[in-house]
Amino acid sequence: MSREKILAAILNNQPESTEMPADLSFGSKSKEEVTAKFIEMITLIGGNVIMINDIAEINDYVSSNFNAADELITFVPELAHYPSFTGLEKPHQFVSTEFAVFQPHFAVAENGAVWITEDLMGHRVLPFICQHLGMLVRKDNIVANMHEAYQIIESHDYGFGTFIAGPSKTADIEQSLVLGAHGARSMTVFLM
Amino acid sequence: MISQKHPELAEIFNKDEARVNWHDDTLWWIRAKRDKAAHGISEWELLRETASQLKNNVLSNLHEYLIQFEANAKANGIHVHWAADAKEHNQIVLSLLQKKGITQMVKSKSMLTEECHLNDYLEKNGIDVIDSDLGERIVQLAKEPPSHIVLPCIHKKKEEIGQIFHEHLGTAAGVSDPQVLTETARIHLRETFLTRRSALTGVNFAVAETGEFVVCTNEGNADMGAHLAEIHIASMGIEKLIPKKKHLSVFLRLLTRSATGQPITTYSSHFKKPRPGQEMHLVLVDNGRSIQLGRESFRNSLKCIRCGACMNTCPVYRRSGGHSYHNAIAGPIGAILAPNLDMKEYADLPFASTLCGSCTHVCPVKIDIHDQLYKWRQVIVKEGYVPASKTMAMKIMDFTLSSPTRFKLAGKVGRWTLKNAGFTLNNKFNPWFKNREMPEAPKESFTEWYQRNHKDNL
Amino acid sequence: MRVGLFIPCYVNQFYPNAAIATLKLLKQLGVDVVYPLNQTCCGQPMANSGFEHLTKGCDELFVANFAEFDYIVSPSGSCVLHIKDHLHDDQHPEKATHIRHHVYELVEFLTDVLKVETLNATFPFKVGLHQSCHGQRGLHLSQMSELIAKPFSKPMQLLNLVKGIEMVQLTRPDECCGFGGTFCVAEEAVSSKMGKDRVEDHLVNGAEYITAADMSCLMHMEGILKRKNSKVKVLHIAEILTAAHD
Repeated sequence: MSREKILAAILNNQPESTEMPADLSFGSKSKEEVTAKFIEMITLIGGNVIMINDIAEINDYVSSNFNAADELITFVPELAHYPSFTGLEKPHQFVSTEFAVFQPHFAVAENGAVWITEDLMGHRVLPFICQHLGMLVRKDNIVANMHEAYQIIESHDYGFGTFIAGPSKTADIEQSLVLGAHGARSMTVFLM
Repeated sequence: MISQKHPELAEIFNKDEARVNWHDDTLWWIRAKRDKAAHGISEWELLRETASQLKNNVLSNLHEYLIQFEANAKANGIHVHWAADAKEHNQIVLSLLQKKGITQMVKSKSMLTEECHLNDYLEKNGIDVIDSDLGERIVQLAKEPPSHIVLPCIHKKKEEIGQIFHEHLGTAAGVSDPQVLTETARIHLRETFLTRRSALTGVNFAVAETGEFVVCTNEGNADMGAHLAEIHIASMGIEKLIPKKKHLSVFLRLLTRSATGQPITTYSSHFKKPRPGQEMHLVLVDNGRSIQLGRESFRNSLKCIRCGACMNTCPVYRRSGGHSYHNAIAGPIGAILAPNLDMKEYADLPFASTLCGSCTHVCPVKIDIHDQLYKWRQVIVKEGYVPASKTMAMKIMDFTLSSPTRFKLAGKVGRWTLKNAGFTLNNKFNPWFKNREMPEAPKESFTEWYQRNHKDNL
Repeated sequence: MRVGLFIPCYVNQFYPNAAIATLKLLKQLGVDVVYPLNQTCCGQPMANSGFEHLTKGCDELFVANFAEFDYIVSPSGSCVLHIKDHLHDDQHPEKATHIRHHVYELVEFLTDVLKVETLNATFPFKVGLHQSCHGQRGLHLSQMSELIAKPFSKPMQLLNLVKGIEMVQLTRPDECCGFGGTFCVAEEAVSSKMGKDRVEDHLVNGAEYITAADMSCLMHMEGILKRKNSKVKVLHIAEILTAAHD
């Protein structure tokens, strides 16, 4: 059996065990520094930031930027287009979603990413299949770097989780950056 | 067996100097972006050292980590398969599709599947495969292999890509605007994602502690494929493990900055359990890795996280192009991985280098690439894979240089020839002379000068 | 302190001026320099070509010629790196070890051992410094651009002591010239393209002279300059550090 063959070869060939290095952590930064860095990075990677004071302002954004005919999903209970999913939806039925807004667990300042797990997505495919993506981020929920991020994720269980950093993109054609590859064409962060 | 090797292929590549300049400038620009991103992290070298030690720990405990990973993945509902070689990997993938009566698959980037020549195998067995990464789709339509592990069509100009799209995807002739071409690909591939029942992805990192795996893309194609498919197959080299979930922080900080200068890919998706109703399969592939693990001088090449930084910085890669390496993985890392798979076929690759060492120092996991290139040269010569003429030349050199008398004589003869019989060297039979003048002959060697002047001058 | 002067084989035969300048420089700095007459080669050309097993003759000769000295100094980063990494002698292992621990490239010998702070040299020209790879990345003669670390440059430190000199800023300060030993003929197309690009960087930035701590890089670039009928000349760094100009 290949499994046994492979494992035997590995056991035979692997070198003396070496130690694992110490965990890394870097001094804490102020909330202002972290927020400023996050805004700088999300903009650098092609996202937009809209400062809001109240969640309801997202409803205003949606109605000013999208038509009544557009398929809109806001996976945030307080918002107007919160869907009631049964859990039996087929991913294909979301193909025409124009705009979808989510509330991720937290954001990461060093790279402008947000961490979101399946339970906050409604359906795994939703954050990818929508034409335009929105994320509600609270300033209190921004960590400085990935080490701090994984300290939080340590305790998360999920079937699927992802970091999303801005809109989908590609530079495969002569290194010209194009926003909007196969995932969302744009990402708007509502920051409050 | 490819008959042309790196020197011949590189010579062909160099016939179009303007194109070489374009290729070289583009890749150097990416190296510069990497530098900028790295300079933004004052602890960059500490991150590299940490990642290097983590990977050393993985390779030295690979047996244990693989067993742990398999158990955890299975507990999560992922089916785990083991493939000893490329052939077995391909057979496993085919049988998974055949079991479900599937004849079409969408694939996101996986250099491992390039290594296994999966697409060809599936096509021969009646499975239509579409590569969804834009760069991969372009080379697929062009019927070429990718030339770079991260930037598959870096060797293609936008006009050429426009022409490919015109022929295969219906864009108007002469259209080369990247925005328009990308939009065309988006629409074409969206259709693919929605209609294919099976998706295959690669694996950037697999976590032994939790049995989950991470797939990083900028385009979102891995996710679009996987979340719409009935069956998600993930192909993974056995060396892609990391011990614990928290270690992803180190690798995700290093990977994309090293690759393209971005702080992180747009998507870093952690797959732990299949979607309800979906089948998730992971194929663990050896294909020579356990052998490489046993090679003391070369096992560190297995630390590779496939970022491509070594290629971007390599002055030889930039001026010869990925196809000159006639291997799925090109550049410096390709040159130290490939001889393990087929020493005869890839004997030329470790010599396609000046041993400048730039690769070693951009490598996020501190693989001693240029040292391994030197060591592979010794192995390849020992195994007899260099031409007899080279061996003869080296023996003559050794003979000449190990005797002061012969050395002095050879020098005298060399100087005399340069001075009086230049025509024997200044011609097309002397490869040096193709693009360079020969050095001028001094009237005496330093030793002769020293003997003449020793006590008097200075 | 007795210093054994080790001159690379091809410098000895084809570029004696670089060796003469090295000797002159060390003597000017008061060093007791001895030049063993029966030296040949460090063995690098064979070792780098995969024929390490043919370097025994060179190794034995090297040990015989140089084991007696307190320091062994050479105007060549790549030769010194090779000796440091690979010199061995089964008959006299301790002698080989002694040499490996006391072999220095010329520039680092001046900055680290002699701790030179002034030089009596004048060279009122625009000069481009080529950072030879083995000296830079192997011997750490200067900081490499790949690392996120404090910049420093021992060759530049010495060149800045030369009166009238103007160092030009290069576009790619530490890219390889493409010589690479037998690479220069085995991969001729890439080698000469790399050399052309390196030379172009110096020309475009106004260099009148190109200098380096390794004559092999300079020999390769000189070949390209001469083919272009360029007026730009190459000089080993020792030649600039001992230059007198009226």
